[in-house]
Amino acid sequence: MSLRRPAKNQPENFEFNSSSLSAANKIVSKYPKGKQQSAVMALLYIAQRQNANWIPLAAMKYIAKFLDMPYIKVYEVATFYTMYNLSPVGKYFIQVCTTTPCMIRGASKLVEACKEKISENECELSSDKSCSWMEVECLGACVNAPMMQINDEYYEDLDKEKTLKILNQILKGETPKPGSYRGRINNEPENNRKTLMDYKNA
Amino acid sequence: MLKDQDRIFKNLYNDMGSDVASSQKRGDWINTKEITDKGRDWIINEIKVSQLRGRGGAGFPTGLKWSFAPKEVGSRPHYLVINGDESEPGTCKDRDILRFEPHKLIEGCLIASYAVQAHVCYIYIRGEYFVEGQKLQSAIDEAYEKKLLGENAAGTGWDLDIYIHYGAGAYICGEETALLESIEGKKGQPRLKPPFPALIGLYGCPTIINNVETIAVVPTILRKGGKWFASLGREKNTGTKIFCISGNVNTPCNVEEEMNIPLKELIEVHAGGVIGGWDNLQAVIPGGSSMPLIPKEKCETLTMDFDSLMAEKSGLGTAGIVVINKDQDIIKCMARIARFYKHESCGQCTPCREGSGWMWRMLERMANGDATKDEVDMLGDVTNQIAGHTICAFGEGSSWPVQGLLRHFKKEIEKRNNLDPIVQKKNNIPYLVDQHLLDKKNA
Repeated sequence: MSLRRPAKNQPENFEFNSSSLSAANKIVSKYPKGKQQSAVMALLYIAQRQNANWIPLAAMKYIAKFLDMPYIKVYEVATFYTMYNLSPVGKYFIQVCTTTPCMIRGASKLVEACKEKISENECELSSDKSCSWMEVECLGACVNAPMMQINDEYYEDLDKEKTLKILNQILKGETPKPGSYRGRINNEPENNRKTLMDYKNA
Repeated sequence: MLKDQDRIFKNLYNDMGSDVASSQKRGDWINTKEITDKGRDWIINEIKVSQLRGRGGAGFPTGLKWSFAPKEVGSRPHYLVINGDESEPGTCKDRDILRFEPHKLIEGCLIASYAVQAHVCYIYIRGEYFVEGQKLQSAIDEAYEKKLLGENAAGTGWDLDIYIHYGAGAYICGEETALLESIEGKKGQPRLKPPFPALIGLYGCPTIINNVETIAVVPTILRKGGKWFASLGREKNTGTKIFCISGNVNTPCNVEEEMNIPLKELIEVHAGGVIGGWDNLQAVIPGGSSMPLIPKEKCETLTMDFDSLMAEKSGLGTAGIVVINKDQDIIKCMARIARFYKHESCGQCTPCREGSGWMWRMLERMANGDATKDEVDMLGDVTNQIAGHTICAFGEGSSWPVQGLLRHFKKEIEKRNNLDPIVQKKNNIPYLVDQHLLDKKNA
C-alpha cells in the first residue's frame, strides 16, 4: 500500500467554475439515475485540472455535496488512487517510470537528470516553482523504455542526455514534442520490421 | 512466421490511420448487421469453436464466459465492461489497440453487447492513458456520428451506448471486481467471488467483463470463422496474440504472432536478439511481472502459449515478455518488482498488505548481501503464506515472481548472503517490523 496524506496548507473554499460545472454534469449523465457516485473519479480529475493539478480537501467536500454522497467516501477515493495529487505539484509534473522493464534499460539515469535539473528530492518544487518530479510504478509503455510522463504526454525511448534536453525545454516554458526520442514509429521494432511490410510501403 | 493476411491488427504500427473510413478498408464495420442477424447463439457458439481464451492474463474461455450471462433480461439490465486498465509491468498491447485500432474494439463491443444483451458498455482505461483515451473517445464520437453507435447501432437493430471511465493509477483495478468497485465510485478493493459478476456485477446487475484485446479480435473471428482462428496455434491455445517484447533486447517492440510461437524466434527475429548475444541471456519473464521467470536453459525450446508455460510452472499472462540479460542483477530486478507489488497492494487482506512489504525488504537486503542464511527459506515461507490466502489473485501475482526467483536462482542468493546470525550478532535484522513504521519517512 502507498501511504498518502493531504497537504498542510489548505484553501478555505472550492467551487467548480462554469466550464468544470458543465463537464461535471455531462459526466454524471453517463451513469444510471441514482448511481451518480460513479462520477466521483472523473469529478476529482476535473477539480484537479481546475486547481493547478492538485486536490484540496475543500474540493472533496464540494464534490461530496455535488454528488450527494458522504464526504468520507470521496476522501477514501481521493486518498486510495495515486493519480490524485493531494498536495501542490509543479505546473509541469514529471513522472519517471522506474519499474523493472524501465529499470533494466536505465531509468535511474532519468532520475539523475531530474535530480540535477529540478530538485534533489521527489515531490519537491523546482527553484522557479514550475516543475516537480516523482518516481512512479509502471506506466504501461514498457516497449518504449525508459520513459517518463509530463502532465498527460508520454516521452519515450530516452536516455540521460535526451531527458536533460527535455527538462531544459520545460524549464524555459516550452512544451517538448511527445513520443519516441529515437525517432522510431510507434511500437514497431526499430529498423527491424518484418511484419505488415505491404502496409508500411503502401 | 505468421502470414500478414492472418494478422488481425493490421494497423498495429499506425501505417493507415484509425478513423472509420480507413478502418473500413481493413474490413471493420462492413457487414456488422449480417453477423448479428445470425443470432446470439450462433455468435457465442462461433466464439466457442474458435477456442478464444481471454487475453487479460487468466486465459478463461471467452465463449464460455458469455454463455454465463442470463438468457433473458430480468428486472436488472445487463452490462458489458471492457478492461483497459493495463498496468502489468511488461505489457503495453492494449495501448496500441486503443490508439490505432479503436474501431475493432468498438465494433467488438457492439457484437459482444448484442450477444450478452447489454445496452450500455463501459470501457475502463487506466488514468495514465489519457491521450489514448482521448483518441478512443474521438473514435466513439465518430461512430455515433456515422450511426454505428446509439439507437439501432450500425443498422443491427440493437441500441448501444459506450462510455469511457478513467482509472487513477491503481494496478489493482485490473482485477475485475475491483474494477467494478472503481466504476461504482469506490476505492478499488476486490470483491469476494462467488457471486460472480456474470450474475451480480456492476450495480448488482449481470455484467460481462473482457479485456480490450479479447473484444477487439471478436469481429475478425466472426468474419473469418471460428475454424480459421482455431487453425492457428494449437489445441486450446488458438489464434494470434500481441506479444510485447521489452527489456534487454536490441529492438523492443509489439508484434502480433501466432500462439505457440517459440520464444527464441520472438526474441531473435522480431526483437533483434538479446543485447550482447543469446549467450548473454540470463532469464525471461514470459507474461508480465506476475509470472515466474524462466532461466536461459529453458528459453531455448520454450513455446509461448498458456499450457506450455503452465507446464514450466509459469504462465502466458498478458504476453508481456521482459528479457533480462547477464548485465543485470537478477535479485535487484525481482526486488524492484516486489516493490511494485508492495506499492500496489490495495490493503484489504493482511497477508498481502504486510507480506508484500516483507518480500520487498527481504529481497532488497538479499540484493545487497545483508541477509542471513535462514532468511532465504523464510522468504519462501512468506510467499506461501500470501499465495492462496487473499480475496483476489494479487496474492499469487505478487508471490509467484519471488517463488520463481527462489526456484531458479537460489544458489545465487545463497552465495551472496551467507551471514550466520549466531556468529555475527552485530547485524541488526529488522524482519518483523510493521511496514508502516518503516514507510513513514517517505510518505
